[in-house]
Amino acid sequence: MISALLVMVGISLLLGAVLGYSAIKFKVEGNPLVEKIDAVLPQTQCGQCGFPGCKPYAEAIAKGEADINKCPPGGEEGIRKLADLLGVEYKPFGEGAAPKAKAVAFIDEQTCIGCTLCIQACPVDAIAGAAKQMHTIIAAECTGCELCLAPCPVDCISMLPIAEDITNWKWRYPLIPIQAAA
Amino acid sequence: MRTLFQFHGGVHPPTHKTESTRTPIAQAALPSKLVVALHQHVGNRAKPVVQVGERVLKGQKIGRPEGKLSSAVHAPTSGTVSAIDMQLVAHQSGLPDLCITLIPDGKDEWIAHSGVDTTQTPHSDLRHLLRKAGVVGLGGAVFPSDLKADAHHHKITTLILNGAECEPYITCDDMLMRERAADIVSGAQVLRALLQAEEVLIGIEDNKPEAVAAMQRAVQDGKHQGIEVIAVPTLYPSGGAKQLIRILTGIEVAAGVRSTEMGVQCFNVATAYSVWRALAHGEPLLSRIVTVTGNVDHAQNFEVLLGTPLNELVAQAGSRADTSKHIMGGPMMGVDLPSGTVGITKATNCIIEASPALFPPPPPALPCIRCTRCAEACPAELQPQELYWFAKARDFGKTQEYSLFDCIECGACAYVCPSQIPLVQYYRFAKSEIWQREREAQAAEVARARHEYRQLRIERDKQEKAEKLAQKEREAAAKAAAQAAAVPTPLDPLAAPDDTQQLRINEAIARAKAQAAAAQPKNTDTLTPQQQAEVAEIEARRAKIREMAADSGADDEPPKSNQG
Repeated sequence: MISALLVMVGISLLLGAVLGYSAIKFKVEGNPLVEKIDAVLPQTQCGQCGFPGCKPYAEAIAKGEADINKCPPGGEEGIRKLADLLGVEYKPFGEGAAPKAKAVAFIDEQTCIGCTLCIQACPVDAIAGAAKQMHTIIAAECTGCELCLAPCPVDCISMLPIAEDITNWKWRYPLIPIQAAA
Repeated sequence: MRTLFQFHGGVHPPTHKTESTRTPIAQAALPSKLVVALHQHVGNRAKPVVQVGERVLKGQKIGRPEGKLSSAVHAPTSGTVSAIDMQLVAHQSGLPDLCITLIPDGKDEWIAHSGVDTTQTPHSDLRHLLRKAGVVGLGGAVFPSDLKADAHHHKITTLILNGAECEPYITCDDMLMRERAADIVSGAQVLRALLQAEEVLIGIEDNKPEAVAAMQRAVQDGKHQGIEVIAVPTLYPSGGAKQLIRILTGIEVAAGVRSTEMGVQCFNVATAYSVWRALAHGEPLLSRIVTVTGNVDHAQNFEVLLGTPLNELVAQAGSRADTSKHIMGGPMMGVDLPSGTVGITKATNCIIEASPALFPPPPPALPCIRCTRCAEACPAELQPQELYWFAKARDFGKTQEYSLFDCIECGACAYVCPSQIPLVQYYRFAKSEIWQREREAQAAEVARARHEYRQLRIERDKQEKAEKLAQKEREAAAKAAAQAAAVPTPLDPLAAPDDTQQLRINEAIARAKAQAAAAQPKNTDTLTPQQQAEVAEIEARRAKIREMAADSGADDEPPKSNQG
């Protein structure tokens, strides 16, 4: 009886020690789910989800504080990917949150007064310029987040949809007649 | 006799080659204008280096290569640049791209040019000359040749010259080999030297006996060593690079592996020809041989200046009235051109004039019955029926698992499909969707990095500012302490930063007041007595108003100090 007890206690102590050791040794830094969610998000950093950037939104989703359908730039495919990743149901976009066509900001250089407000607003440093100097958008880096539109005091920034050209042209889904049943 | 190997699958479509091989290559007439596209090659679009209205000479560079993966574009004849703008180009998208429009002056006046001795010139210089001459692969892929003719990354043992020309209707390489075999072989020798390859194998399908004979004669006449002309069995798509490598060497190039890693490099025969013209004669790539066939009165091969409008070219072959569309390339892999105004490019090996009689509209597609005839025909040993299934369902991850990117889009699967499903269209769709996603993922990665760096920078700036401020305050405190030690003041020398700040504010206020008191209005120096009287009167009135304001303020307004 005593020996059985001692054996059980011994085993539990050993296993406890192993578990305790591995909890320290193999500790996972941060929440790996956040990284996975962040990888799905389009990184426009636009804040349309109500969070200040893609990472905070990913963190909120991981904590279960935010819905998965708050990211219009990610499109429906983004929602589907998030639903797959998190094992939840697909949710359509809410009212007024439909995704728009991809666009880049454009500064009308005639109107720009060089106030630098848009430069401070740009989340990806895609605006070049200095105080009282003309500003311009580095189109290749612009994510189309529209955060520069609101602070501009002279409304000289507009969003130009990205036109299809030979470099970004895609083959269309084949639309072929299927023979009608006779 | 060399042992030949077989690749998997393949089909035997009707060749339709004899129509266009009856007459020798004709020089196409000088067109009324040339629409030269600046993006005729794989990689970055060339940058225009001429102005509208400028007169250019034949062979003058009009587009400069941009970046490593790019190629130069030249004026195909002498004339005047009439426009640099967006025009429809020979591309399956039907979208416009930047083109230089040239009005020929009819003189065909060459720019000064001369060749080099290819055996004496350093290889790096030869590659540079190829880049300057705008030489790209003329088999259809239009990949810059200078990048391919480089043996720095892998040891190349075998150079294969592709003269298979397996696709129906196309005969431009056939006619080139028949008529200009010596230059092709010389070009092959240069490429071999550049690649330091041990042997050169020239693979030609055995339905072109004249070309095989001409090439063999050229090798013998030129006393070239280590070059072998080999007739390979006619089986579509033996002209695919991986397929021809398999036939000639037995090497199977694995999925995701380049043939150079296996010691084999492949060039088209027309590319070898242009390499020779560019190096030995200093002639940039200005023209190419184009087969014009299909619904025409006399199908023929033409030597065509790049940029020649399609309409003007097909008219010379007698394009018939009932032509419904123009196909660039062959019937298996070719693409429909958006308009008859597009200019011939370096990729245009063949123009097929299509009519409803010649190419009847495909019957409606039936459901896939999973007969796997496509899998039997597939030269890349894929499972086309699975790829079709996944591409149709937009399950792109699965298409990649089934090696979609090993598909060469040869169309053998669609050719044998009993349900007439346009399989290749699905694969092209899936490929471009995957590329699009890859581009987006890359852009997202860049945006994430830039955003994170920005956050880091803002945080760092904040810290630096706070540190600077703290430093200044420490200095001010030290200064105040020193002053306090020298002159006793009622202030505590070890005052908290708040007190020091208040002290500084008070000092500043006192300074400003002193300055204001010292300052005299500048326009009061020289005044007439009359003006002085006026000023005095106004001052008296002001004093009175101040007095009244002070009285009423005391009555119904709280003191100013309590407001803030």
